[in-house]
Amino acid sequence: MILHELIDIEILRVIWWALLGVLLIGFALTDGFDMGVGALLPFVGKTDVERRIAINTIGPVWEGNQVWFILGGGAIFAAWPPLYAVSFSGFYLAMFVVLAALILRPVGFKYRSKRDSQSWRNGWDWALFIGGAVPALIFGVAVGNVLQGVPFHLTDSLMPMYDGTFYGKFLGLLNPFALLAGVVSLSMLLMHGAAWLSLKAEDPVKGRATRIGTVAGIVAFASYALAGVWLALGVDGYSFVNAAVTDGPANPLHSEVFKGGSWMAAYGARPWIIVAPIMGFAGIAMAVLGLRAGREVSTLLWSKLGITGIISSVGLTMFPFILPSSKDPNSSLTVWDSSSSHQTLFVMLVMTAIFMPLILAYTAWVYKVLWGKVTEADVTENSHSVY
Amino acid sequence: MELDLVELSRLQFAMTAMYHFLFVPLTLGLSIIVAIMETVYVMTNRPIWRQMTKFWATLFGINFVLGVATGITMEFQFGMNWSYYSHYVGDIFGAPLAVEGLMAFFLEATFVGLMFFGWDKLSNIGHLIVTWLVAIGSNFSALWILIANGWMQNPVGAEFNPLSMRMEMTSFFDVVFNEVAQAKFVHTVSAGYVTASVFVLGVSAWYLLKGRHLELARRSIAVAASFGLMAAISVVILGDESGYSATHSQKMKLAAIEGMWHTEVAPASFTVFGFPDDLARETHYAVHIPAVMGLIGTRSLTKEIPGIAELVENAEARIRTGLISYDALMKIQALKGAPIPEDLQAQFEAHSADLGFAFLLKRYVDDPREATEHQIALASNDTVPTVWPLFWAFRIMVALGFGFIGTMLYFFYRASFRKMEFPRPALRLAVIMIPAPWIAAELGWFVAEFGRQPWTVDGILPTALSASHLSIADLLITLAGFVTFYSVLFVIEMSLMVKYIRKGPYMDVEETDAWTAAHTARLSADNATPAE
Repeated sequence: MILHELIDIEILRVIWWALLGVLLIGFALTDGFDMGVGALLPFVGKTDVERRIAINTIGPVWEGNQVWFILGGGAIFAAWPPLYAVSFSGFYLAMFVVLAALILRPVGFKYRSKRDSQSWRNGWDWALFIGGAVPALIFGVAVGNVLQGVPFHLTDSLMPMYDGTFYGKFLGLLNPFALLAGVVSLSMLLMHGAAWLSLKAEDPVKGRATRIGTVAGIVAFASYALAGVWLALGVDGYSFVNAAVTDGPANPLHSEVFKGGSWMAAYGARPWIIVAPIMGFAGIAMAVLGLRAGREVSTLLWSKLGITGIISSVGLTMFPFILPSSKDPNSSLTVWDSSSSHQTLFVMLVMTAIFMPLILAYTAWVYKVLWGKVTEADVTENSHSVY
Repeated sequence: MELDLVELSRLQFAMTAMYHFLFVPLTLGLSIIVAIMETVYVMTNRPIWRQMTKFWATLFGINFVLGVATGITMEFQFGMNWSYYSHYVGDIFGAPLAVEGLMAFFLEATFVGLMFFGWDKLSNIGHLIVTWLVAIGSNFSALWILIANGWMQNPVGAEFNPLSMRMEMTSFFDVVFNEVAQAKFVHTVSAGYVTASVFVLGVSAWYLLKGRHLELARRSIAVAASFGLMAAISVVILGDESGYSATHSQKMKLAAIEGMWHTEVAPASFTVFGFPDDLARETHYAVHIPAVMGLIGTRSLTKEIPGIAELVENAEARIRTGLISYDALMKIQALKGAPIPEDLQAQFEAHSADLGFAFLLKRYVDDPREATEHQIALASNDTVPTVWPLFWAFRIMVALGFGFIGTMLYFFYRASFRKMEFPRPALRLAVIMIPAPWIAAELGWFVAEFGRQPWTVDGILPTALSASHLSIADLLITLAGFVTFYSVLFVIEMSLMVKYIRKGPYMDVEETDAWTAAHTARLSADNATPAE
């Protein structure tokens, strides 16, 4: 097939780097409020009916939203195989915790209301809390570690190896900067979940969500700012020693990487990327003000804008690095040397171009069908058909 | 026994995959059975069919969610536990997984919410379309994951790139239309349809035995028996097709399933029964049927099917040629991306098809080029999977497969020509049979994957090389975690299934009537105001 040569490989690599961002953002914007609602559940609902209202605001949509996560995994596998191989095995135990939490969630949604017993339901409420809060925290911690570089190296055969002792590897992930990044992601998704609840639920659930969401938004704003300062002053950046070969074979070991200097150099080289953090700060600030003022639709949209800005800022700051190695910088994975082959990137782009518009169209249709508040009457009168 | 990282990784993958497949076949089949029932409801407008749809959909939902939940593990476990595999073949294997997400997971997951929550928000036709989209989405996901798995069995449309040290795709078309993948897809979804049919049949039979919900049970049996009969026949035919394609793609697996230690004069006989002895390399007390194996495997009377001994010799020859390309590969690697001299490139390409066989030596020696004759002999013998479990698993699966055809045929006959009168012993048999399709499906996967050993990708990448370099402690923690967690979920799932089967369909006449009235009123109101 010659068809794939229609698009140069470096362009395909940049497109797939952007699509990786789109998937992660898509996940955060949709499943993000599901995780937020899960984490808020024990606090916004005091009675069973209130909790069921909160759950049923996301009841019909969480399943579709979660596919952004699964597709994220699949797309990383297809487009960035070395990233898939190194990151998930490198963060092995953390990934296990995330998986366990994410498995609890669907089961919690589906099984919670299948028995009337209060202790059964309370148990699942805590499962839903864990299923929302733990991944939201760990994803941030993971990003915090990626920014600092992860201790792995590649052998000559490109076999990923992880350095350090067993406990050191796991506990090493929980360093102060990474935990701060975890606070950013947890608080931002709590705010997002609260924005969703204020749109879909009525008082008293809405009122409680608004109050917690306001605090979460302020924490997200402050911790994001603090993380930015820390990144500028206290975290080493990574850069290529020589000009990068952008269309070479996907072999990270062919290039030399220097650890040191600052990630913030990116803002000197590509000043326009300042747009991303500005979006992040503005989105969160407006979402907090919106929550306080009781605006519904616009608050959710501002919250989405803020999250988009925060996630994009990480990707744009690191470009072209995707997963730097702190132990052996030359093993670092970048946009130019850890993608799939020219042909695979092209085929997958065609597939995405066909199916992504379809997905967005039918997802939008489903949200339209489900438009409107979930009321107390909805959950008490339809106890056979809702959660 | 010393704990071995690769063996622990295999154990964990086998456990999580087989657990996942407890839920998948029922999802595949029940989604379609529910859609068929709802189609009848929409066509006839008879409330009993809506009640059937809702009842089986409730059980579908309890099962579906665990299929989804345990599927999350599968999507990430390649990277977590099989990182070298992921690097080595991700360029090909990752693509169908991503397409599965794009084409199948989004479809089923987006609409499954409306399927349960949309009865009061959609028209009858609208809801029916949603239900069918869920069924189609589930079945598409089987297609793409089996394209991925089919490539592990028969790696077509790809070649090794020495610069990126991995397999890269040369033809997406070949990967998708891989004959092994296509036969496997139809075989697997048919197995899912059989599973759901046996399930619906068994639960309905239990109601008939208890004298409860007779209307629902009889109609459900009619649907299950007709659907199940077609599916059971399809499973066996496509199983045969898989066997036929294995004669040219996976000769060793076929020989192991057959316990065929030596090449026989064509057409080979089929061993119905016997005790394969892996050490002595012979099958004791074997009962043969002449010519049958040759007919199934080659569809001819003259073509030979190679036996295990001959295949081991063949593997040894391929290890030796593989070493030539391995030597070239090491020299290419040392160039660190500098241009490759033509003669080196030629040396590599001449034998790169056998490169994977050189990797078999990695188990015994760091640099395969330094392998002794003894080590080469050991590695050649490693290409033989353990025969006796394959031999037996295969035979039990096939026997069950024919059993399903018989059962479905009988119930189809009684339902169609004997006025739905079923003798009690037959009903009891149907209840007892409920676990059988799960056993058959798990054995089928066992044969497919254990029979592929020692490879993760047949002839390309050995299992021993594929695993992540984790610590034993990592593996023990997650293994214990999965076992505990999955066991608890299994108990909860079973208890809910039993609870909702005992409870039966939701039969409150008043409430059903009230819902129908409200539903009709809403639909006519919708029609009156098309602008909304």
